[in-house]
Amino acid sequence: MNRYPLWKYLLLIVTLIVGLIYALPNLYPSDPSVQISQRQGNDLEPALMQSLEKTLNEHQLSFKSSELNGPNALIRFDDTETQLEASDLIRETLGREYVVALNLAPATPAWLQALNAQPMYLGLDLRGGVHFLMEVDMEAAKEKAFERYEDEFRDYLRNDKVEYLGVSRNGETLTIKFKDAEQRSAGLKTLNAKYFNELQWQEQDPAETYDLTATIAPEQLQDIQKLALQQNITTLRKRVNELGVAEPVIQQQGLNRIVVQLPGVQDTARAKEILGATATLEFRMVDDTGNDPIVAEQSKRIPLGTQLFHESNGSPILLKRRVMLTGDYITDASSGFGNDTGAPEVNIVLNGKGGERFRQATGANVGKLMAVIFIETTYDEREVNGEKVRKPVKHQEVINVARIQDELGSRFRITGLDSPKEARDLALLLRAGALAAPLYIVEERTIGPNLGQTNIDSGFKSILIGFTLVMVFMLVYYRLFGLFADLALSMNVIIIFAVMSMLQFTLTLPGMAGIVLTIGMAVDANVLIYERIKEELRNGAPVQTAINRGYDQAFSTIMDANVTTLIAALVLFMFGTGPIKGFAITLAIGIATSMFTAIIGSRALVNLVYGGRKVEKLSI
Amino acid sequence: MTEQANGSTLTPEQMAPVTGGKLIDFMRLRHIALAFTIVLTLAALISIATRGLNMGVDFTGGTVMEVTYPDSKNPDIVRELLKSNGYEAVVQHFGSSKELLIRLPPPEAGDDSAEAKAALSNKVLDILQTETAAAKLNRVEFVGPQVGEELREQGGLAILLALGGILIYVALRFEYRFAVGAIVATVHDIIVVVGFFSFTHLEFDLTVLAAVLAVIGYSLNDTIVVFDRERENFRLLRSETPYEVMNISINQTLSRTLMTSFTTLIVVIALYVFGSEVIAGFALALIIGILIGTYSSIYVASNLLLMMGITKEALIPPAKDNAELDAIP
Repeated sequence: MNRYPLWKYLLLIVTLIVGLIYALPNLYPSDPSVQISQRQGNDLEPALMQSLEKTLNEHQLSFKSSELNGPNALIRFDDTETQLEASDLIRETLGREYVVALNLAPATPAWLQALNAQPMYLGLDLRGGVHFLMEVDMEAAKEKAFERYEDEFRDYLRNDKVEYLGVSRNGETLTIKFKDAEQRSAGLKTLNAKYFNELQWQEQDPAETYDLTATIAPEQLQDIQKLALQQNITTLRKRVNELGVAEPVIQQQGLNRIVVQLPGVQDTARAKEILGATATLEFRMVDDTGNDPIVAEQSKRIPLGTQLFHESNGSPILLKRRVMLTGDYITDASSGFGNDTGAPEVNIVLNGKGGERFRQATGANVGKLMAVIFIETTYDEREVNGEKVRKPVKHQEVINVARIQDELGSRFRITGLDSPKEARDLALLLRAGALAAPLYIVEERTIGPNLGQTNIDSGFKSILIGFTLVMVFMLVYYRLFGLFADLALSMNVIIIFAVMSMLQFTLTLPGMAGIVLTIGMAVDANVLIYERIKEELRNGAPVQTAINRGYDQAFSTIMDANVTTLIAALVLFMFGTGPIKGFAITLAIGIATSMFTAIIGSRALVNLVYGGRKVEKLSI
Repeated sequence: MTEQANGSTLTPEQMAPVTGGKLIDFMRLRHIALAFTIVLTLAALISIATRGLNMGVDFTGGTVMEVTYPDSKNPDIVRELLKSNGYEAVVQHFGSSKELLIRLPPPEAGDDSAEAKAALSNKVLDILQTETAAAKLNRVEFVGPQVGEELREQGGLAILLALGGILIYVALRFEYRFAVGAIVATVHDIIVVVGFFSFTHLEFDLTVLAAVLAVIGYSLNDTIVVFDRERENFRLLRSETPYEVMNISINQTLSRTLMTSFTTLIVVIALYVFGSEVIAGFALALIIGILIGTYSSIYVASNLLLMMGITKEALIPPAKDNAELDAIP
């Protein structure tokens, strides 16, 4: 009685070994390090690394090691203080051609790496960094779509030579006015062919005109929003790369939100500016029909086909409504200083389609004035009837007006910027692309690198102390059976770490709390079993029968108790965000593994020691 | 087993293993316990209703910053400094006298753009560093008002869903009266823990909410173990009254109840003492939860079962099934 077949022992031993191997990388603390790569992704020169090492030595910044791995270099340091100082120094030395990012590099030995064993991924609260939750302004995305449709209607109708009186926007609908019903049906035919089911059409006949109104189909509206979110994620990725961050996380959350996690980033002010910035450029022709912008501004009567703007010195200027080119076509932008003037400028490269468009537009307007408009969107929040309403405020400024000397191709430069910083930021934003719809930060959590380390230390300390206390207590109370429970508990902790590492879950501070709680609750299964065994012994059952019944009868109780806790953990996981999720994951894993170790693991030990022989008394 | 099934043949030792045969009459105190439970619950509810909860930035929206100074720093100075710059902030020590926790309320709607709100922490840090250059930012939490509201709603929903799921599970595994008893006991625990946070005015944030949900799991765990034994004894002990069955079951599981509460308490106290400041609220909520959860599984859950008139018949598998089975040739 009470003997396990060999396979069960083997299963346990194999589980333990696998668990040990995959939990082991967590024992090698990660090194605070600086990661260097070239902006274009070229391989780094060994000579560069040597000179960097020399610079670090000169400034008495000691480093553990420096590794060069193709396009990436990694310099490891002993502590975060040195890491921060060194990263500033390296950034200064290398200049803008290189991306210098803070990183926590795992120090897993090669033989473990070969087995694909990696340490757990540490959450931001443990490694330091910044977490943003950003919301996409879907109203603005819709607004943009309406503007696009408006432009396209005009183009398509003109191309098909359909006469129309005008296109206007009324809230959620676009209205096209026609002179007669005939032109209207021709227009409807043209537009229907272009949009299929994107738009829903309705004919209306107010006095004198024949109207056609368009509303965006619900599915199309959803697509617009989905696309805006996707484009924003892509743009954010590019911008984050520009910032230089190791292992960033950029993920969709819900229908209109994006989570951005930037480990190691300390300058949150700059990160916010760059991530949320909505700056872009527009090129338009200056109105040349002789309207006076000053008169237009004072009388508030803007001549047809034009729009009123202001230059940076505040003077008004009338530009044509039609946009020649937007920032969307820009593939590269870099800042510099003009050879002739020494003033800050931005050099721009357009993609093929944009270059072609720009060549045509400028070619047709040689000798005329063109304006470059810098557009930035910020938000105003107001309370209207108890509801918070965000209203975008567009800041538009004409930064440069110049006569087109010749047809412009896909490469040109713009001047008229106030400062080198403005030129730099504009270049960065143009490079990374414009946001499809503005973003604003609705949640921020920043953890300094020192606090991260403190959190790791205090977390592990409380795990260790709680673990030791429980072990000692079990040993004193249940003696040899206590030792079995302790061994099972140790195995449980090893397996939790192994599972978390294998699945590359993120360990957070609440996650550590989950492990601590699991340690306390995991022995519950053993306590239940041992109390049952004691009871059976008191009832006069023979030793072997008592062990067997103890394990058997406690099982359903253990199941019921654990399933209820698991339900709570699952709900936490479903509803929890960030910190709570981390807690739920470790709690759920801990419950599952504790069932295995506390029941099968401890039973194996009991069987090994007491099973299959005559025993007078149990050490329980 | 079979001889026990004929009636009460448990020896005193078997009925009360912890005290060596002296059955502790837990249920004798049930009226006092009921009064105590009602008073405690009412007190907690009144506190929640009148004092409210000191909701953390997670739920209210706003900004919290943790700043470390090279030397100890008087929070009053920092408060005045911020006030002179137009920021009404709550400043207090956090952990040590060198660390300050600065709370900035969610800005009034309309007076600032959304970006300005997100940039608030950067502006405040600028002010602090202008005064003391070596001031270091440890942590910032900014939660927009809308997100705060959502987190609040989600939290409430999570608690309801967890309770609902557990109710169904217990009703399926036991009987509806057990499910009701378990849920009432759990709700009682939640109210007391939340009431404790209301009474002490300690901050109630997301991690404390997680702890409350963990308390649900823990407290149920405890209740289920007692229920399990009660169910077993109802089937086993034919001549005892439900009152006696309750008492015997609680006595039999007493050592387990105490052991598990004790081991869990040890680790949670370790977490409270040695864990970081951020997790202290979480640990405290669990400490209260474990204590009250242990009490409630005896004096709320079992007590309620008795009041609802639980009988043996409700738990014994219907005899009809067996008769039918026997009839099959």
